Amino acid sequence: MTIRVPVVEQILSANDQLAAANRKQLDAAGIFAINIMASPGAGKTSLITRTIEALKEELRIGAVDGDIATTLDADRIAALGVPAVQINTGGTCHLDAPMLQSALPQLPLTELDLLIIENVGNLVCPASFKLGAHRSVLIASVPEGDDKPYKYPVMYRGVDALVLNKIDVLEAFDFDVDYFRQGVEPLNPGLAFFPLSCKTGQGLEQWLAWLRNELEKHTL
Amino acid sequence: MHELSITQSLLDIALRHAEQANAQRIARLNLLIGELSSVMDESVQFYWDIVSQDTIAQGSELHFERVPGSLRCLGCGHVFPLNGRDYACPMCACKQVIAAGGDEFRLESIEIE
Repeated sequence: MTIRVPVVEQILSANDQLAAANRKQLDAAGIFAINIMASPGAGKTSLITRTIEALKEELRIGAVDGDIATTLDADRIAALGVPAVQINTGGTCHLDAPMLQSALPQLPLTELDLLIIENVGNLVCPASFKLGAHRSVLIASVPEGDDKPYKYPVMYRGVDALVLNKIDVLEAFDFDVDYFRQGVEPLNPGLAFFPLSCKTGQGLEQWLAWLRNELEKHTL
Repeated sequence: MHELSITQSLLDIALRHAEQANAQRIARLNLLIGELSSVMDESVQFYWDIVSQDTIAQGSELHFERVPGSLRCLGCGHVFPLNGRDYACPMCACKQVIAAGGDEFRLESIEIE
């Protein structure tokens, strides 16, 4: 004889609760945190290093870097003279709230204004796991193709800004920016969109202006 | 790969509710999973058999109810399934649409003995 017990609970509620605790800890330290997600090779570390180079005189920046293995990315970021912590996920395809929680004590939290979290390169899983960051940013890149919003709709839904990197090679890849944006609009209407090239620097100013503005709005 | 952490969460939730109900055994879990939640049934089942070992959920059955992804047309209000090609409304061809369903990811109920 079995009895049915109603549960109706979000399966990721434990992660969500820890993400909320991370957010609290960041808020207490006066830190604005952004979670950067993208497929491998889209230019996460490039955008982060570009951003740090541009803002490190005006903001105190720290970084958390998630990868399946190696400290290559954290090393690139630390070379710019900012505190960086590498999380090796050991095969897991995304960062989750407990991983960020364990990384935070390794950073000088009270001495930071901006924390940049680089998620594991993946267009599927990171979207499901909240970390506690204040904003989520997705980087798409031209060589991936203009059909990605149609194929990976979940990633485009929960983010606050979309960067399209590598626009210096738009023509070589027949990338239709209008078709790409039409795919994003229903998923995330009015999403802030920044076409840019980390290589040439084109479009970076608009991205930096957005980031400064979001940080300012948050601090007010 | 993220199904492992998901499955662990699922077990924690199920065991907590089973304990509250003084269950001897969990026989079945009823899950609601939306198409947009990118969770694979087979993968959750695979990890479930491992993480539930030596708990009162060992040997329990996972039942997945799938919710298809759907969109709502902002022009005419028509709700239609996600087709994966473009998002144009099949009724009025309008491209102004919003997601209307498919991101559910919940444990609805457990069946206990």
